[in-house]
Amino acid sequence: MSVRRLAEEAVQPAGFAFSEENAAWAEATIKKYPEGRQQSAVIPLLMRAQDQDGWVTKSAVEHVAQMLEMPLIRVLEVATFYTQFQLNPVGTRAHVQVCGTTPCMLRGAEDLKAVCRKKIHSEQFHRNDAGTLSWEEVECLGACVNAPMVMIFSDTYEDLTPERLEEIIDAFEAGRGEDIEPGPQNGRHLSVPLGGLTSLTGDYDDLIQEQKRETGRGPANGSAPQGKGAGEAVSAPPSEAGRPNTESEQTDPTLPTPGAGDDAKVDESAERRESDELTAEAHRPHAGQEGGAREGSTDAEVGNVPDDVDEKTGGDLRQAEAAAEDAVIPADKQLDDGTGGQPSRLADDAKPDAVLASRRGGGLTEGERSGTSDITSGPAHDDHFDSEAEEPKPETAPGERPADLLSAPEGEKDDLKQIRGIGPVIEGKLNELGVFHFWQIAKWREVELIWIDDFLNFKGRAVREDWTGQAKSLQSGAGKGEGEA
Amino acid sequence: MLQDKDRIFTNIYGLRDKSLKAALKRGHFDGTADIIGKGRDWIINEMKASGLRGRGGAGFPTGLKWSFMPKEVGERPHYLVINADESEPGTCKDREIMRNDPFTLIEGCIIAGFSMLAHTCYIYVRGEYVREREALQLAIDECYEQGYLGKDNKCGWDYDIIVHHGAGAYICGEETALLESLEGKKGQPRLKPPFPANVGLYGCPTTVNNVESIAVAPTILRRGGSWFAGIGRQNNTGTKLFCVSGHVERPCTVEEAMGISFRELIEKHCGGITGGWDNLLAVIPGGSSVPLVPGADIIDAPMDFDGLKEIKTSLGTAAVIVMDKSTDIVKAIARISYFYKHESCGQCTPCREGTGWMWRVMERMATGHAQKREIDMLLDVTKQVEGHTICALGDAAAWPIQGLVRHFRAEIERRIDEYSHNAHEVRPVLEAAE
Repeated sequence: MSVRRLAEEAVQPAGFAFSEENAAWAEATIKKYPEGRQQSAVIPLLMRAQDQDGWVTKSAVEHVAQMLEMPLIRVLEVATFYTQFQLNPVGTRAHVQVCGTTPCMLRGAEDLKAVCRKKIHSEQFHRNDAGTLSWEEVECLGACVNAPMVMIFSDTYEDLTPERLEEIIDAFEAGRGEDIEPGPQNGRHLSVPLGGLTSLTGDYDDLIQEQKRETGRGPANGSAPQGKGAGEAVSAPPSEAGRPNTESEQTDPTLPTPGAGDDAKVDESAERRESDELTAEAHRPHAGQEGGAREGSTDAEVGNVPDDVDEKTGGDLRQAEAAAEDAVIPADKQLDDGTGGQPSRLADDAKPDAVLASRRGGGLTEGERSGTSDITSGPAHDDHFDSEAEEPKPETAPGERPADLLSAPEGEKDDLKQIRGIGPVIEGKLNELGVFHFWQIAKWREVELIWIDDFLNFKGRAVREDWTGQAKSLQSGAGKGEGEA
Repeated sequence: MLQDKDRIFTNIYGLRDKSLKAALKRGHFDGTADIIGKGRDWIINEMKASGLRGRGGAGFPTGLKWSFMPKEVGERPHYLVINADESEPGTCKDREIMRNDPFTLIEGCIIAGFSMLAHTCYIYVRGEYVREREALQLAIDECYEQGYLGKDNKCGWDYDIIVHHGAGAYICGEETALLESLEGKKGQPRLKPPFPANVGLYGCPTTVNNVESIAVAPTILRRGGSWFAGIGRQNNTGTKLFCVSGHVERPCTVEEAMGISFRELIEKHCGGITGGWDNLLAVIPGGSSVPLVPGADIIDAPMDFDGLKEIKTSLGTAAVIVMDKSTDIVKAIARISYFYKHESCGQCTPCREGTGWMWRVMERMATGHAQKREIDMLLDVTKQVEGHTICALGDAAAWPIQGLVRHFRAEIERRIDEYSHNAHEVRPVLEAAE
């Protein structure tokens, strides 16, 4: 985690617009994602904005939010979360990104950083006096066999020496960056070992012929001759296979643990044992994933799966699959059999009374606010977080639609905000629906109130706050007021 | 040593023609329609028989993973997502596949997509791989032109591949964080369950696979699962791309048989350790997140999942980081701690606070400016971070430190002694909280 904020107002340009070419590209990029999922394009768009201006400006963030119809804060989140976005102006001719992570460090990345300090600026993210160059230390850029390396704009310069980096920086400062050939700078070809190939030395065309001969009757032949015999019985490997044993002898369980009292120690080993078991059972990812890429355990521990997945010796695949799926996906969540559908918030046959009782009973619903006079609908309603938006509305909402909805207020409309639980947003929605007066609300029966509550997605609040009762007293109050006037 | 005829990536160095035409000549897309014609069960069976274990680090059986997808497409479409967010320090294998041998990946996407009834595939490439992304896109465009992708294609399964990219967040290599990022949000991992096979991308059934796992699939199916299973040891079958970096004479990426000994790997392809075998100090055999092992332990160990598990480390992504005796080992691990501190997404407290805490203590240990009792305290904290976070980044931050303390405690203590010998005044240890 690092704190990342947009640049100060003083350096922010007045506006942002994609160039014609980039705008067309952006349109095409947005279209790549399914209908209604245009938000997916936010990273590519911001990146293109950065490519165009050199850094991500505030107005670019606003522009992208507008293009994708996203709340500004969501785009800001993305721009500040991903470290490849430069939130401050960088060198106009080159921004040198030096990889400083261990594999590069072992081969001299620190010398490269020293070169940058000397030639550009003593601190990263600062531009040199002319404003043409800047540098930063970044985390692994994924060219570890070509360490040490730097990246300038889209190209990597690998297998560097400090002297060579100086030359490269000089070339970029002079505006001749394109003269430098990207890639390894010591004469090797990409990731081939320096000095020549150690594999793939033969003629490739022959290679294919040989492969085909060996495979027998051409492609996709499952009954190829058995190999060296190592794989005779391929069974599912142990679920913890990728995980190193992290029990360290050095951690003597009798050593006092900071913060834990002596009495807490008694059960520690048992506790640890138990927690290890839990860990094993939970879908723990395993060691050494690249990029945190937990490729395994996506779906289940192998341990949960019957042992007969050994297909080679003839297991029943279908059975194994079904068992595996049962192990992974709870029965009520197995959606794709066509019978399912998300469990609706209320059972269809729920009786209004029961519904009413459950709603009255509940305290604050999750996502609802308390201790504030702002009683507009809670964030859960206005802000569509992931699955919420996808949850299909129950087809038959419990309750009945109120009968006497008006197309226009009769005379002056009442200020519905006087009812506890109704804020400007809800009032607008009620007006839209055709509710303008206290007397309308006062007349609602319970089933109608439940319908309204569901319509507003208000999680029982209309019932709990007793809108009809409130409306009745307000109505009489209003009537009295009129009478007195 | 693996023979050339058994290598899957025949153009991994990009020395040959990279066009589709040349790739066809090298045997790619040979009989793809036949493979698809044999049906889903056959493909999954054959993948299981091959014993292929996911190449992204965790080693989960790929065939089994494919079988988790729902058997029929309901209201929601199925998706295949390829994890090309290769960011684990030390790892640079997917880069070579994407820029030099992209057709292996594309063909694999089609076959894997068919076996899980997906018509759309997203490839999430890390943001820094700009040229790799361009090369991959070029290859995909070529496949569309020549009718290997799109509607009514030559492979017999309507298929679209969309290349997406990130913007420099390691955490997006975690599969649910990757899906979040693909949906245009911050890459913060989701709680599981629900698993992606049930609720994944856009709430639809999704499988996330590593580039290498998918790219080897077509060759396995062409030559038969038993061919692949015949290479390597039981449960550790097949070939694997190894990326050897650090203190070897000639670092390189090379495809080798699983279970090759460390010594053979280094001798054959990397020209030995700098300064000779006596100069070997320690090795991180699977990318930065796995515990290091002292050189003596690993020299004759087989480089595969089980062989490395025996010496308390892991194959991970087979990114071998070699360190000779000139290495400041504590500092090297402290730098890894900094990496995890930098990449923590901030969602879970043990990781957000713990990674920073561990890094600060590691920095002090690198100079010896610490107390000996703090070594156990540090170890204890790693145990408290490990296993208490939504994703495995907390674990990944803890393991390197545990490995260091396990094998190099004496070195840490020596530094502390040295520091206190040279200290002329006693100053309280003050560290600013972040």
